[in-house]
Amino acid sequence: MELDLPLIWGLLIAAAVMLYVLLDGMDLGIGMLTGFAKDDDERNLMTATIEPVWDGNETWLILGGGGLFAAFPLAYAILMPAFYLPVLLMLAALIFRGVAFEFRHKAVRKPTKLFWNGAFFYGSLTAALAQGLILGGFIQGVTVEGRSFAGGAFDWLTPFSLLVAVSVAIGYILLGACWLVLKTEGDVQRRARNRGKIALVGVAVCFAAVSLATLSIDPRVTERWGFSMAEVEFAKILPLSPIPLIGLVLTVLVWRDLSGKVSAPDWRPYVLSAGIFLSGYLGLAVSLFPNIVPFEIDIWQAAARDNALMLMFVGAAVMLPVILIYTGYVYSLFWGKVDPDEAYHD
Amino acid sequence: MELDALILSRLQFAFVIAFHIIFPAFTIGLAAFLAVCEGLWLWTKRDVFKRLYLHWIKIFALAFAMGVVSGVVMSYQFGTNWSVFADKTGSVIGPLLGYEVLTAFFLEATFLGVMLFGWKRVGNKLHFIATSAVAVGTTISAFWILSANSWMQTPAGFAIDAETGNFYATNFWDVVFNPSFPSRYVHMMLAAFITTAAVILAAGAWQVVRHHEEEPTRWQMRMAVGTLAVLMPLQIWAGHWSGEVAHEYQPAKVAAIEGWWETSEVQPTILFGFPDEENERNIAEIAIPGTSPYLFPHAEGELEGLDAFAEEDRPPVAIVFWAFRIMVGAGMAMLALGIWGCFLWWRKRIDKPGLFHLLAIPGGALGFIAVITGWVVAEVGRQPFTVYGQLRTEDSLAPVSTEQVATSLIIFMVVYAIIFTAGTVYMARIATRGFQDDAPEPPEREHRAPGTPMGAVDDPAETGPRGRHPDE
Repeated sequence: MELDLPLIWGLLIAAAVMLYVLLDGMDLGIGMLTGFAKDDDERNLMTATIEPVWDGNETWLILGGGGLFAAFPLAYAILMPAFYLPVLLMLAALIFRGVAFEFRHKAVRKPTKLFWNGAFFYGSLTAALAQGLILGGFIQGVTVEGRSFAGGAFDWLTPFSLLVAVSVAIGYILLGACWLVLKTEGDVQRRARNRGKIALVGVAVCFAAVSLATLSIDPRVTERWGFSMAEVEFAKILPLSPIPLIGLVLTVLVWRDLSGKVSAPDWRPYVLSAGIFLSGYLGLAVSLFPNIVPFEIDIWQAAARDNALMLMFVGAAVMLPVILIYTGYVYSLFWGKVDPDEAYHD
Repeated sequence: MELDALILSRLQFAFVIAFHIIFPAFTIGLAAFLAVCEGLWLWTKRDVFKRLYLHWIKIFALAFAMGVVSGVVMSYQFGTNWSVFADKTGSVIGPLLGYEVLTAFFLEATFLGVMLFGWKRVGNKLHFIATSAVAVGTTISAFWILSANSWMQTPAGFAIDAETGNFYATNFWDVVFNPSFPSRYVHMMLAAFITTAAVILAAGAWQVVRHHEEEPTRWQMRMAVGTLAVLMPLQIWAGHWSGEVAHEYQPAKVAAIEGWWETSEVQPTILFGFPDEENERNIAEIAIPGTSPYLFPHAEGELEGLDAFAEEDRPPVAIVFWAFRIMVGAGMAMLALGIWGCFLWWRKRIDKPGLFHLLAIPGGALGFIAVITGWVVAEVGRQPFTVYGQLRTEDSLAPVSTEQVATSLIIFMVVYAIIFTAGTVYMARIATRGFQDDAPEPPEREHRAPGTPMGAVDDPAETGPRGRHPDE
């Protein structure tokens, strides 16, 4: 049997990006929530819930970037120059917030402490917005000539991409709040629930808006969902309709969990919120597949040589399970509530 | 020189990678040092090694974070600024970078969490395994990145697609183990260990000068001078090996390093001079004639000078020439510090402040100077190509505007200046203050580990008013 290696790598990279969103998205969300912390103790407790794992979480972003380079060099070569400024913004923001994890505890004087707390908050916010801008610019499509990006430096900046940027940031806040529900107790947890509820409303509104806007982005997307020329093709939309419907149902369930109307285990809001993201992600995949540079280049055109894909496939088949096992081990090691005393330091 | 997108992208790449290499060079060595200390502690049960571990892990946590964030930048630079290079070489070096992420980055990043935060949850033995995993991860990471970079120096095992002009691998074994890879990998690993030893020595010397020295100070200085005295001679050999390989595959680079303008059977060793590219000669040259048969005993026939290469195929001579001499000088200074320090150790004077200690303090920078100038020799010496002899730098550039690159370069300079200053201050503060502020014991169980921000001092949770005893 001949393996369709570009397809496999497309799925693998999509999975890596999804994991990045669920894991580091949660980190970035907590970063944004620290801006609303009551005091330094609460802020320290918040960061303590992710300190052992953030570095591993961010590695999925490197796998996304490195994997794109290795498996789809042409797509990487077109997309990176297309999103030059938002990528730069994201990197600069991630630098600040990454070192702030350590530096904010090492700063002794008040102004520097404030500076690194600010770096953590604004770094997280900016990184989330920049990722949303890149995603929005990606969905709306990229101008290509030959084997290169041929558009302008600000093509990515549109009302649509701004809407996606806000949605991503609010979505990350939801994930972060749900993670805090899982990892904390008492007042901190109660506040996390309330912030999570606000974020959830935002997510519901934004995801719906982005979905509708995406449908109008390109006739090919509209057609894929079965809306063509003022006519609805039920044969197309019915098999796809579970994707948005599941997202909707999950949104209601998360609301019930967060408002404490039902006694839910503390892990459930995070898992269900991850489900909301997954449904949105699947919706996007349906809209754009098999494009890797919408709407110009598909995964087979952009793929590296088969021998390169095969070599990496062997590596990934061996290493990814190992990575998932030890990542799972480390998460289980740090399972449970963060001890509030643990946050008393320096 | 006109500041166009090409030169700005080159400056930006040089800047972000020179900044980045400082931290891996330091953390590769420090991870190994920490693994050795923890292993020695578990084995000998001597308190001093535990104290060394608890002290240096805090610096490691800072350096590692800076290495990670500056490393993320690197995985996007190829695309943002060198997209044509990425498109053309993706099928050859892409898998190498992919393997780096899969075999090294996840290992390091994930077990770093256990190393810094998990001690009380896993116990001593598993914790030692986590430390070792991080140390091994750093060396695997260096393996792949050196392999990819060496392929750009001495490309092998590839062919070029006639239709797209893209490289593809004909034999991945030859790609990974390309001709310059073994020597360059050994050279870089030794450089990392030596750099770290110089820093550890400098911190110890500072403590001695300020009369803050304790038993761990003496031990860290002994370990550092021992490392320098043993590894520096090895490094000279590895550097020479690297030079011989370069002479075989990149003769233009070696001609620039040596400052040879004319091809000749026997070449001099030029100690000093100012390469004058316009008139193809060295100004104020001080040379020892006739030394090349001893330095390049395996070279056959004539030794190429720069005149053997068309002007547009030559690297910038003066930069390569001087970077090489600075690297060698820094290496020799570290060799001298190592031998001198071992002598003092033997005479039991290593903890008595003296001239040695005053010199060893600024000596902490020597390793970084050597690493950066060494990379300048390697990378500038590869010019005007990105893939040596195959793909020109000017043909590798992304379609980005000068304004965009200028913006990003300025932003990176500002951001890196801020975090470099802060990081250096925080690390120096820990390294110089001695051992009295460290936690006396690693946490026994269900408690915070050292290296965490709060592990930096006695954990108030253990002794404070609301404190619980770790044994409860």
